[in-house]
Amino acid sequence: MITLTAIPVHYYLLFCSILFCIGVIGVLIKRNALLILMSIELMINSINLLLAAFSAYSNDPAGQIFVFFIMVVAAAEVAIGLAIVVLIYRTTHSIDINVLNKLKW
Amino acid sequence: MVVLIPLFPILGFLILGLGFRTIPKKWTAFIGPGMILLSFVLSVIIFLNIRHSVVSLPINLFPWIHIGPLNIPFAFLIDPLSSLMMLIVTGVGFIIHVYSVGYMKEDPGFNRFFAFMNLFVFSMLLLVMGANYPIMFIGWEGVGLCSYLLIGFWFKNQEFNNAAKKAFIMNRIGDLGFLMGMFLIFTTFHSLNFLDVFEQAKGMTSGDSNLVAITLLLFIGAVGKSAQIPLFTWLPDAMAGPTPVSALIHAATMVTAGVYMVARSNILYVLSPATMAIMGLTGLATALFAASIAIFQNDIKKILAYSTISQLGYMFVGLSMGAFSGAMFHLTTHAFFKALLFLAAGSVIHALGGEQDIRKMGGLKNAMPKTFWTFLIATAAIAGIPPLSGFFSKDEILAKTFEFSSGIWFIALIGSLMTAFYMFRMLYLTFFKDFRGTEEQKHHIHESPAVMVIPLILLALLSVFGGFINIPSVFGGNTGLSNFLAPVFAGSNAVMEHETPLSHGTEWLLMGVTLAGVLAMVFWTYHRYITRQHGLSPDDARRSLPVRLISHKYYVDELYRAIVVKPILWLSQMLHEIVELRIIDRFMNGLGTMVVWTGNTIRYVQTGNVGFYMFIMILGIMLILFFNILI
Repeated sequence: MITLTAIPVHYYLLFCSILFCIGVIGVLIKRNALLILMSIELMINSINLLLAAFSAYSNDPAGQIFVFFIMVVAAAEVAIGLAIVVLIYRTTHSIDINVLNKLKW
Repeated sequence: MVVLIPLFPILGFLILGLGFRTIPKKWTAFIGPGMILLSFVLSVIIFLNIRHSVVSLPINLFPWIHIGPLNIPFAFLIDPLSSLMMLIVTGVGFIIHVYSVGYMKEDPGFNRFFAFMNLFVFSMLLLVMGANYPIMFIGWEGVGLCSYLLIGFWFKNQEFNNAAKKAFIMNRIGDLGFLMGMFLIFTTFHSLNFLDVFEQAKGMTSGDSNLVAITLLLFIGAVGKSAQIPLFTWLPDAMAGPTPVSALIHAATMVTAGVYMVARSNILYVLSPATMAIMGLTGLATALFAASIAIFQNDIKKILAYSTISQLGYMFVGLSMGAFSGAMFHLTTHAFFKALLFLAAGSVIHALGGEQDIRKMGGLKNAMPKTFWTFLIATAAIAGIPPLSGFFSKDEILAKTFEFSSGIWFIALIGSLMTAFYMFRMLYLTFFKDFRGTEEQKHHIHESPAVMVIPLILLALLSVFGGFINIPSVFGGNTGLSNFLAPVFAGSNAVMEHETPLSHGTEWLLMGVTLAGVLAMVFWTYHRYITRQHGLSPDDARRSLPVRLISHKYYVDELYRAIVVKPILWLSQMLHEIVELRIIDRFMNGLGTMVVWTGNTIRYVQTGNVGFYMFIMILGIMLILFFNILI
């Protein structure tokens, strides 16, 4: 049976960094509010994965417990985020974030 | 029981001070004097007790300041000296309170007045009862505050406010001396309690430089409080207050605090001959200087004010000769007759509806007989006509000066002749010949009500018989007051080198000379002001140079204005214009302008573009991480 620890830890590190960077780039270049939310989710989950990996390697289950909590909290956040996106769509008939540029100097 | 003595006046102050809008005048008229009466009764009881038991121990109430080596209990020292002062403060204070009920009857600030007066008596009691310098200092500052409040009692008049400020500021100079003296006492003796300090001082050599510095600094405090040269100009201006205030604070009690303080610290002074010499010279100069000014004054209260300064000068002369009980004796009798003079003058001012210029008085003898007779008694007492109280007390000081040097005796004698001169001048101009005021005033003249006259009579009795408490041996007396006070001054008497006491024949001669001189003054003034009607010229009349100099009070006020007030004003003006406006204001305004400019410039960063914000955010995080690694 291939356990989590069978893969060297720096693989996880590299993988999660790549995932995180994809998330960051997604946040920066996308104009669609939904896609930005998804990119943020990607970033969170890359961190979660890293947390789980470190927890397994250091034989401390606390990290994996944390991951569950983080997922629950993230789900709640996403619910709020989506609600905001829905409201934005209702007022502007668009989910393009560049429309939301009224609040400035 | 001792605690109750200062407690009653402070209670009166709290009641009247907190309820001054609501308490009816009738109640105030009982509460104000009543509290002082209670204190007076207790003081008498304590006095009677202390006459039997000579030992005086401090009464510790509670530890007050206790920091490291500094240990100051809140304690009262009841000994013959403080007991005498308590009697004067509460006794004369009570009489003046009763008088004030009549004098201030129409005043809208009636309750406020009695609240301040009670506070004053409380502070004065603290001053004389304290068993260490800090408690004395509380009282010292308290009476200064009350003096300020009461001089400026009619605060709608800016002149009066200025007089109040002047008194307060001049006293501050003296208080600084007192405070520094206290510091030096602590560094020298490591204690501030009277008994500890004096006990240690007894072992020191005469002329010790620390002692001289301490006594000089304390004397500066006394100079401020007791209005001696060069800090005397506040007292004549302090006459702006209501007349009972002048009687209580600026004649009978507060201004004598300096004398009391020196008498209390007698051992320190005896051991510093240099200070004694300075004190004697200051006292003598003040006595003469103030007396000469009084001769040419026309304001009835100002004459009395200069007279007070002059008499205080005599007390300091007495102190400097080591005649502590003599000075205290003169303090006591002076409290009686000077309070009486002020109250009688107040009665005159009251009758004339506020007129204070003696040139516009005259002929009041028949209209106000009781005021006249009491005023006459007080005048005779201060001039030193036997057997009134002033004769004995002043004679004791004069005799002491003769023991010391006949030259000083002669100067002091001239001062006392001037006293007789200006007092009788005032008496004649005020009460004799015809009335010189307006018809309306003449119609209005009346004898004061009983509530004012009875205090006058009480004080007149004290002025007549007050001298008998200390009849010198030359009259076959037993010098009762000196014996009573002797335990307090025992240490000093042991240290002092004794001059051979005067023979009785010399004393008779001195008294004869003094009396002859005084009587000559009485007749000369009669001739000058009654027969020839001098002294009525208006202020702007042409006068010879010395007269002009004296009648302008030697231009001392003008001198102080030129050398102190003007430079300070100029300095303040300069600091305002240069430091305040050009440096501080400019810096502060520049700071504000910079903030506004920065905000204006940087706000364009807020583009409204969400993507841009996120880019900046991530850039920021990356920078933070980057620097984290770097460091």
